[in-house]
Amino acid sequence: MQFMALIYSAEGAEQSYPGGPEKMMADYYAYTDEAKKAGVMLAGDALHPISTATSIRERDGKASLTDGPFAETKEQLGGYYLLDCKDLDEATKWAGKIPTAKYGTIEVRPVMIWDN
Amino acid sequence: MIPIEAELTRIVRANSGRIVSALIKSTRDFDLAEDALQDAIAQALQQWPEKGAPQNAGAWLYVTAKRRAIDLMRKENRHNAETTQQILADLDADQPDNAEWDQDIPDERLRLIFTCCHPALNIDAQVALTLRTLGGLSVREIARAFLASETTIGQRITRAKQKIKAAHIPYEIPAHEDIQVRRTAVLKTIYLIFNESYSALEGQSLTRDDLANEAIRLCTILEQLDPDPETSGLLCLMRLTHARRQARIDDDGEFVPLEKQDRSQWDHQEIEAAHTHLLQAFAHGQFGPFQLQAAISALHCLAESWADTDWQQIHALYGALAAYDPSPVVALNQAVALANMGGTNKALEQLNTLEADLGNYQPFYAARADILSQCGEEKTAQIDYDRAIELSKNQVEKRFLFQKKSALAASLKK
Repeated sequence: MQFMALIYSAEGAEQSYPGGPEKMMADYYAYTDEAKKAGVMLAGDALHPISTATSIRERDGKASLTDGPFAETKEQLGGYYLLDCKDLDEATKWAGKIPTAKYGTIEVRPVMIWDN
Repeated sequence: MIPIEAELTRIVRANSGRIVSALIKSTRDFDLAEDALQDAIAQALQQWPEKGAPQNAGAWLYVTAKRRAIDLMRKENRHNAETTQQILADLDADQPDNAEWDQDIPDERLRLIFTCCHPALNIDAQVALTLRTLGGLSVREIARAFLASETTIGQRITRAKQKIKAAHIPYEIPAHEDIQVRRTAVLKTIYLIFNESYSALEGQSLTRDDLANEAIRLCTILEQLDPDPETSGLLCLMRLTHARRQARIDDDGEFVPLEKQDRSQWDHQEIEAAHTHLLQAFAHGQFGPFQLQAAISALHCLAESWADTDWQQIHALYGALAAYDPSPVVALNQAVALANMGGTNKALEQLNTLEADLGNYQPFYAARADILSQCGEEKTAQIDYDRAIELSKNQVEKRFLFQKKSALAASLKK
């Protein structure tokens, strides 16, 4: 079963990571490595910061673009992992190991599979 | 209710947790399991009045529900073809049809309780689902107990089942390294159900015995299936609290504070039994917050009066509890114990540090008023009694505090 692990944190909060931002990068490398070796990682990426975000809405045939994320919240989406796990317990275990879990929030959601 | 219906209700309540837990294991479907059981109950209502309840009525219900589950699986295509075939094969292999009424219903209740109390479900959902599937309470009974509408409870249960399915919450007993944390979550849910039965409405008091008894029953089952000292701790805590219930309410149906309760109305036999059980739990040497709270409760229950209570031990126990639960309420209770031991000045110091956190908590002002009064600080005691009376939502409590305030005023005039 596939699960998305959506990584949320307040921008700048990574400064408070134990060991500093460099340690965080190292921990992310280590995590990705471990997840790949365990066969649970299908994909994963970090996103550029919110300042690079653009939001698009199309209503009544008209498209509008705005600068910024879809909503102003304290914690914002910073990256994701797509995990292949047997159940929610396995998924939350892996999600809990993502370094940002220490100071941010990881949202875990099952991916919809369409049977054609 | 005609006699056979009453008998059936009793049998259903006693067996439904086990039946549903077994059917969910086979079919991997909460709704289907429940539907199958409901159908079996309907069949029982039709057939039993004539011939009377069968000998092993629980097993009868289980086998009948199982047959219905097989029918439903074939008809309804809830899974893909391969999964359905697998499930049907498992169900058929379960036991041959003619060994029917003597067999035992498989016991998967541990899986069920850990799933119903999974932290991924919100607490209201956990409570409703546990009472429905394990307790066998009807949606209506749960709604009445929680003073909610049937629609609300029904929706809560439906959403919980949907989340279990959609988020792939596994129907499993947690792995060894996780079980302690998960068990704590189960205990908290059971304790919430128990405490619901003691919640007092404004000006009134309500003991919903059914809920308290159900919580005790669920904890007893959990203890049997998964022995653990904290589980025993919670069970004893609930039994000890429940043993005092007759004295908690006066003839007007109002709540009576512990200090004023008529201890002759306590169920001392039950207190004795629960106390013995608690000592057995302690023997394992694996302490925890529920065992500590039970010990505090036991000390109150065993004391002949408020004045005779072993405040020294209670003080020490609250200190130990604070290590697990550093909440201001625990600190408050510890300070009260200290004051009752004679350490009134130190207790006052400690209480004053808690005012910021407990500014709207009536027992804080009531406790500080008592201690100030003992220290001879009459004027400030009066102020605190007034604040406590103002914050109290309970008539008997207000009267009790007012009496103390009046007694203090009377002593001032001398």
